[in-house]
Amino acid sequence: MTTRTPEPTIKGARWRAKKSVHHGSRLSMIGQNAALAAIIVFCLAPFYWMVVSSLKSPDEIFDNSLVPAEPTLLNYEAVFGAENTFVYALRNSFVIAGSVTIIALLFGVLAAYAIARLQFRFKTTVLALFLATSMFPGAAILTPLFQLFAKLGWIDTYQAMIIPDISFSLPLGVWILTSFFRAMPWELEAAARVDGCSRGQAFRKIILPLAVPGVFTTAILVFISAWNEFMIANSMSQTPDAQPVTVAIAQFTGVSQYDKPYGTQMAAGVIVTIPLIILVLIFQRRIISGLTAGGLK
Amino acid sequence: MSLITSLTKRQPATTSSDPARDIREKDGRLAFWLVVPSLIVLTIVIAFPVVWSFVRSLYGDGIGATPFVGGDNYANALWGNGSAEFWDAARFTYFFTAVSVVLEVLIGVAMALVANRAFRGRGLLRASVLVPWAIPTAVAAVLWKWAFDPNGIVNAVTGWDLIWTGAEGPSTVAIIVADVWKTAPFVALLVLAGLQIIPEDVYEAARLDGANARQQFLRITLPLVRPALLVAILFRLLDALRMYDLPAIMTGGANGTTTLSVLVVQSSLSQLKPGYGGALATLTFLLIFITAFLFVRMLNVNAVEQAGVRTPRKKDSE
Repeated sequence: MTTRTPEPTIKGARWRAKKSVHHGSRLSMIGQNAALAAIIVFCLAPFYWMVVSSLKSPDEIFDNSLVPAEPTLLNYEAVFGAENTFVYALRNSFVIAGSVTIIALLFGVLAAYAIARLQFRFKTTVLALFLATSMFPGAAILTPLFQLFAKLGWIDTYQAMIIPDISFSLPLGVWILTSFFRAMPWELEAAARVDGCSRGQAFRKIILPLAVPGVFTTAILVFISAWNEFMIANSMSQTPDAQPVTVAIAQFTGVSQYDKPYGTQMAAGVIVTIPLIILVLIFQRRIISGLTAGGLK
Repeated sequence: MSLITSLTKRQPATTSSDPARDIREKDGRLAFWLVVPSLIVLTIVIAFPVVWSFVRSLYGDGIGATPFVGGDNYANALWGNGSAEFWDAARFTYFFTAVSVVLEVLIGVAMALVANRAFRGRGLLRASVLVPWAIPTAVAAVLWKWAFDPNGIVNAVTGWDLIWTGAEGPSTVAIIVADVWKTAPFVALLVLAGLQIIPEDVYEAARLDGANARQQFLRITLPLVRPALLVAILFRLLDALRMYDLPAIMTGGANGTTTLSVLVVQSSLSQLKPGYGGALATLTFLLIFITAFLFVRMLNVNAVEQAGVRTPRKKDSE
């Protein structure tokens, strides 16, 4: 790949580099801004449409105006109205996704550390097993799990969703954590041990703080995948006592029962998405600073 | 660990015991206890249902006694009564996967490159990239169902009068659009993480050597971001092949948009045919397994080639 080309003189190289940087920056300023705008529109336009639709009354919603003529909170009232038990759904989603994140990360960190750092015999087999389980379509394990949980009397309980969700997040978590652990500056661990730390101390005091950004990145992915889960929850939860938001939204009734409940569904969608966006913005700083500070410098 | 071995190398051990081997055994025991909790969870939730599903697929369906039928359920799905719906679902699933993943990778890499370069508006960009990714698929499905409604925004903007979920072509387009919008940012996020660990000095050195932007992208960015990108593609591939939420909510699987997952759930839970559904589940798993195996296999070959190229250079520099 790096066949040696005749080296340009230092003077020539510097001149060329300067020129290309200058040239590139002016040209790319316009393109850069256009690209930025395109990405932002691509990502936000549908979300904007969800917000706008949620603020329209049932009479107005089908006129497709980009700004609501008479913004109304009618849909939001309907979301929290008596016929939709959305508050319970929010609570259920928080309990389920929160538990899944904590448990999956606990297990995932242990397994990923072993795979990234330790020599053991069936390492490839274990990794292959994780990969294989992540491939198995959720639809295929739904029926057996449903029958098993029904026998245990677990239908419509949190654990009937938490346990399957953990196993869905584990492979993803282990994969991301393993690649993150592999990239960490383990020389520091060795250095700490030369200075008299035990393996456990070196892990707690040196490695764990460095691993925090990677663990948080994984936590966000796991939390969101658990929060988003629909298929398992759709069969395992049958009453508002256990239904998470994804199932609740799909079953919404509208402001009046005769129209399509799009306005109400959009309002519920906005409510469900806002905690996620807040979460993501908080953790984002950690991810960015973590990824740049994580390197050995 | 490497330090210990190097220490022992410097001071040759006088005893006959092999310290490296001791470490390996210690590692093995520790690794066992670290990996076992995860494996137990996966055994209960994945392995048990998989085995149950397979065993159940060998028995018939019906009220009361379910006789052993051997491979009849599989024969039924592959070339019997059910073959049309099975192969239709398989075709749709693979078409959906191929188109969505290609679009997602192209858009995702482009987004990541722009995001990595941007100085102004970086915060806004990051925040907006995360919005589609953060929205639950079920909510995105409802949102796009509304957008593709006959009276919805898509028809209003394009001036068409399409009943999007009324025919196979438009339904497929609607589902692919929803999936690409939802997950291209996810690809961008993973690629961006890969881009950010490439030190700026590497580009500076390349520029000093006279490499243009295209060469920098092909020779530096792409090879260095490749591992992150491949992991992203693999996960997208596995996800797309078992797509359930979008078609289930947007079309209910109507008009040829039944994916393999939708078919499995319909057969085993809605139609109460766990035997036939079990056979479909096993076949679906096999298809996904083969696809992923081929993908990973190709990666390994490439990884080995890369290592082969790199080794002499590493020696050179040391």
